[in-house]
Amino acid sequence: MPAVAAFRERLNPFRGILMAFPIALFSSALISDIAYLKTAQMQWSNFSAWLIVGALVFGGLAGLWALIDLALSWRTPARRAAVIHLAALALAWVLGLINAFKHSQDAWSSVGAFGLTLSILSTVLILIAGWLAYSNSTVREIA
Amino acid sequence: MINKLLCTTAVLLALAGCSRSDPNLNQTGANPDLPGLNQTLVPPMKIATPIGWDGETPTVPDGFVVTPMATDLQIPRQILVLPNGDILIAEGSGGHAPKLRPKDIIAGVIKAKGKTSVKGGNRITLLRDANGDGQPEVRTTFIDNLDAPYGMAFVDGALYVAEQGALVRFDYQPGQTRITASRQEVTKLPSAINHHWTKSLTASADGQTLYVGIGSNSNIGERGLAVEQDRAVVWAIDRQTGAHRTFATGIRNPTALAIEPTTSALWAVVNERDELGPQLVPDYLTSVREGAFYGWPYSYWGQNIDPRVRPQNPDLVQSAIAPDYALGSHVAALGLSFATAGGFGGGFSQGAFIGEHGSWNRQDLSGYKVAWVPFSGGRPAGPPVDFVTGFIKDGEARGRPVGVTFDAQRRILLVADDLSNTVWRIAPRR
Repeated sequence: MPAVAAFRERLNPFRGILMAFPIALFSSALISDIAYLKTAQMQWSNFSAWLIVGALVFGGLAGLWALIDLALSWRTPARRAAVIHLAALALAWVLGLINAFKHSQDAWSSVGAFGLTLSILSTVLILIAGWLAYSNSTVREIA
Repeated sequence: MINKLLCTTAVLLALAGCSRSDPNLNQTGANPDLPGLNQTLVPPMKIATPIGWDGETPTVPDGFVVTPMATDLQIPRQILVLPNGDILIAEGSGGHAPKLRPKDIIAGVIKAKGKTSVKGGNRITLLRDANGDGQPEVRTTFIDNLDAPYGMAFVDGALYVAEQGALVRFDYQPGQTRITASRQEVTKLPSAINHHWTKSLTASADGQTLYVGIGSNSNIGERGLAVEQDRAVVWAIDRQTGAHRTFATGIRNPTALAIEPTTSALWAVVNERDELGPQLVPDYLTSVREGAFYGWPYSYWGQNIDPRVRPQNPDLVQSAIAPDYALGSHVAALGLSFATAGGFGGGFSQGAFIGEHGSWNRQDLSGYKVAWVPFSGGRPAGPPVDFVTGFIKDGEARGRPVGVTFDAQRRILLVADDLSNTVWRIAPRR
């Protein structure tokens, strides 16, 4: 299906742009969580709370695109990577949602060990999703 | 979309669901049952939808009648009766805490659902009921252009008003229905952020000292501990000079102060912290001991550590004392008035009326009533008794009590209701 493949390739920059947000925001939230746990300065936790919300908004859009992409690549060899990409993204998003609620708790409870764990998991998963997104280009399939 | 909404709701319920109240816990009196900490990702919440009174009235004990003394007020909070029997009602709303987190925006929207849509009056209204029939012949704006007035006290021919940022004095001529004297600032009060903005006020028995209750700037330090300087304290202010000293600390949100008539001791009702579960921490009624530390933010009900506060302060916690009398968790006590000169007689001779604004942080609504705590020898003596109820009907809110004031001259109790914007008058049936 060369038409579909070409279409996927043309839309690929959108995915790149959308994925850039949760990749940057989840990992930044991880860093600011660590900064909070090191300093007990609330502003770091406040940063994390907004970073996570931003990651959820753009991660949600990226997830929508990942769904469309999965449909388009259903009958191609790219399907496997698309499935893993979507799964990693979705899991990062769900853990991020839980983490958003965790960060709504007050003072030390806004992060704590549980919040830090969620931030680490979201960051690792979104990096996996990003790795697959950026390496799963149609160029490789044609080659 | 609908499905997604339902799913989200179900997930949130699951997160909050594991925090039900145990009705067998006794959370009033000197030694309340304190369950373990129960923090959930979403705090248990129940906001009673405002529906108004629709011509009906609150419920009072047999032998009493309740009537609306004033309606269509602009968020009535506290009430003061002048020596000539005129009734003053402080109306308004304060606070200018910035929204720092996504939570602040969401919580603001949720809590607004349980409040009046009327804008705060920032004024004091006067009611005059010279013949004592419960129908005021005169209703005037006594003082206008105030900044969130709340506590009031009358000493030596002058009215003192605790605004959200200053304690001010207005000289008064007997019989005035509108203050003509200019405002005199006694002292500024801590007002940065004003997360808890109400400044409660009462005068010592000898009239020389004015006590002002200053609430914390956060639930539990989530705005940083630097902004808690001079917060969660009671100030003792010299009436003549305006000089202040800190009288008590760690007293999270002392929303009403009053002098106990037999001992002349200072008492307060205090709102405790949220989001530790539906049955933590009990709000309380306590005598305010000079120099005492009541725990906030580091500990609650004496020396029970709150793990949310970092860095912790174990040395200070060692000095924390437990309050005298628990009123129940999340009841939001905002009103305190002692019965004087024999009160209503019988079971209501000696004790305190407590206005309980009502809860948000538990599924089972709590508070939403005026309670009576009997006293003997200047100390609480027995469990609290419901005095005015009926603010909740079928899970919806008809009103929410704030300030309560017992008027010994007329033998009436006045109750400010800031949801229906009414002042209720409760009197013995003739």
